[in-house]
Amino acid sequence: MKLSLEDKILQGVIYFLLLIMAFVMVYPYWNSLVISFNVGQDTMLGGLTFWPRQFTLENYRIVFQDKRLMDAFFISVARTVIGTLLSVFLTAMFAYGMSVKGLIGRKYYMIFCIVTLYFGGGLIPYFLLIRGLGLMNSFWVYIIPGIISVWNMIIFRTFFMGLPTGLEESAKIDGANYFSIFFRIILPVSGPVIATLSLFTAVSHWNDWFSATIFITKSNLLPIQTVLQQILKSNIVSEQLSQISGAAQEQLSKKTITAKSLTMATMMVTTIPIMMVYPFLQKYFVKGVMVGSLKE
Amino acid sequence: MIYVQQSVRRSGEGEGLKTETTSTAIPARLDQAPLWKRFIHQWDVQLMVIPGLILILIFSYIPMYGLLTAFQDYDLFKGLMASPWVGFKHFHAFFTDPDFSHVMRNTIAISLLRLFIGFPAPILLALMLNEVRHMFFKRVIQTISYLPHFLSWVIVSGLVISMLSPENGSINILLQSLHLIKEPINFLAYPEYFWTILISTGVWKEIGFAAIVYLAAITNVDPHLYEAASIDGASRFKMTFLVTIPSIAPVITIFLILQIGNILNAGFEDILLLTSNNFSIRDVSDVIDTYAYRIGIKNYRYSFATAIGVFKAVVSVGMLTIANAIARRLGTSLW
Repeated sequence: MKLSLEDKILQGVIYFLLLIMAFVMVYPYWNSLVISFNVGQDTMLGGLTFWPRQFTLENYRIVFQDKRLMDAFFISVARTVIGTLLSVFLTAMFAYGMSVKGLIGRKYYMIFCIVTLYFGGGLIPYFLLIRGLGLMNSFWVYIIPGIISVWNMIIFRTFFMGLPTGLEESAKIDGANYFSIFFRIILPVSGPVIATLSLFTAVSHWNDWFSATIFITKSNLLPIQTVLQQILKSNIVSEQLSQISGAAQEQLSKKTITAKSLTMATMMVTTIPIMMVYPFLQKYFVKGVMVGSLKE
Repeated sequence: MIYVQQSVRRSGEGEGLKTETTSTAIPARLDQAPLWKRFIHQWDVQLMVIPGLILILIFSYIPMYGLLTAFQDYDLFKGLMASPWVGFKHFHAFFTDPDFSHVMRNTIAISLLRLFIGFPAPILLALMLNEVRHMFFKRVIQTISYLPHFLSWVIVSGLVISMLSPENGSINILLQSLHLIKEPINFLAYPEYFWTILISTGVWKEIGFAAIVYLAAITNVDPHLYEAASIDGASRFKMTFLVTIPSIAPVITIFLILQIGNILNAGFEDILLLTSNNFSIRDVSDVIDTYAYRIGIKNYRYSFATAIGVFKAVVSVGMLTIANAIARRLGTSLW
């Protein structure tokens, strides 16, 4: 298609606007990265934007030496790995069962599931339920309530129903039961959809900070996002922050590191797993979003 | 749909068997058997499904049942069964609460701002991306625009606080270097800036991800329409208005209806996190969800907070129904 002059001007304007947008998207992250690599005292002088003035790794050294932060990272990693594996696997199996045409009660089971997408009890009844189940201050509060995701079930089910049924039939004739069909035939061909839903599940586990603020009071069970939130909240008063590490005390008094530089380093460490994963899974999640929205 | 082709290709052996169309859990000889026999015969599928259904029952249906708390004076030690019933007492208390008017005002104002600014933004981005001819450039821009969607609200609030900080905050540095302000401003401490900050942060976080759906809709537009418009001498700019936007209008309408149903979801995590240092701006930042959270979880007034939740759910269903009725008149609807 040949472009007229008007079209060319339009193209120019659009490219320019998109570049500005990309800059606005990246800059806050970049600036925080710069602050995390800069000497805290120097940052306080202001004017730090695109490049560190006094490069240091000290902020990161303190973060990695801090026992409380490392414990919190461990909790986050544990809940992300366990939660994602369990949830994706069990939701897939659930969805496969729901996709079998001869399943007795299938229609009613489906209605039972879909109702929960539109109606819910809200925060307080949910809180009272978790309390009643004795999940307060338990690691399992991160895992069990989210094991079955109805939304993911629908995406899996749509995918399974699109598979050629011949595969299943031949296995059935060989006398296989549905569990072995699921493991031997269905799972091996479901790579892309498993990747997509694992990404979304893992990200939501990694990013969740709120459930810990209401269900967990023991500080050794807090995930990194919740600890980070507490640090951000007390950011104004640096003395409060210095409690997080004995080693940080001395540094803080010398001002080579500050509350701000430490917070930024913690934030950067917290986002590393996400930054490493999401660009590579992009092609999968774009498809996943589309399958989801087509079914809406 | 997209996956199907891949999986057929991968499985290979599926080719010869594809002609069979129905799969059934019940062999022919059992077709006439009583229900319980057929049920037992398919124990394996049922075993896949029933534990999941039980989990849904516990974690989704019991809280719904728990909504009855709104009509009680809930006592933690007595539980739902033994707590006294009080009818609409808590609803009445909420409507006559001195906080009610500003909480409702904030909720509706913030929602409307999201509707008028946050809702069209990803559509605009999708339309702009659609004009990009260099695939590499388009990909890079898209990848960058998704980034904030994957960051948690804790991180995003940390970035915002850092950007706006009076000490080395980039916004203050920029404004000072342009001589627009003399002294750095602590933006998050002043009520007049809060809505702007909240809405912009929301757009910043979700614009790229929300655009995916609209981009998908745009790729499905029939290319003949563009050819015809091109022959008629329409510019790309005109085509956007005459071809692209009308073609994706149904998708836009569906998302618009859903957004209107969410009118009382003005925000929760974002507001909690952006205001955590400043109670002074509560007059403009308190919305229905943050208010219910504070009253319910922090002040232990469970019944009162649940009543707010019930009120919210009723309004949402009402708004959704109205919006859908209007959309049906215009030719698209949700159900």
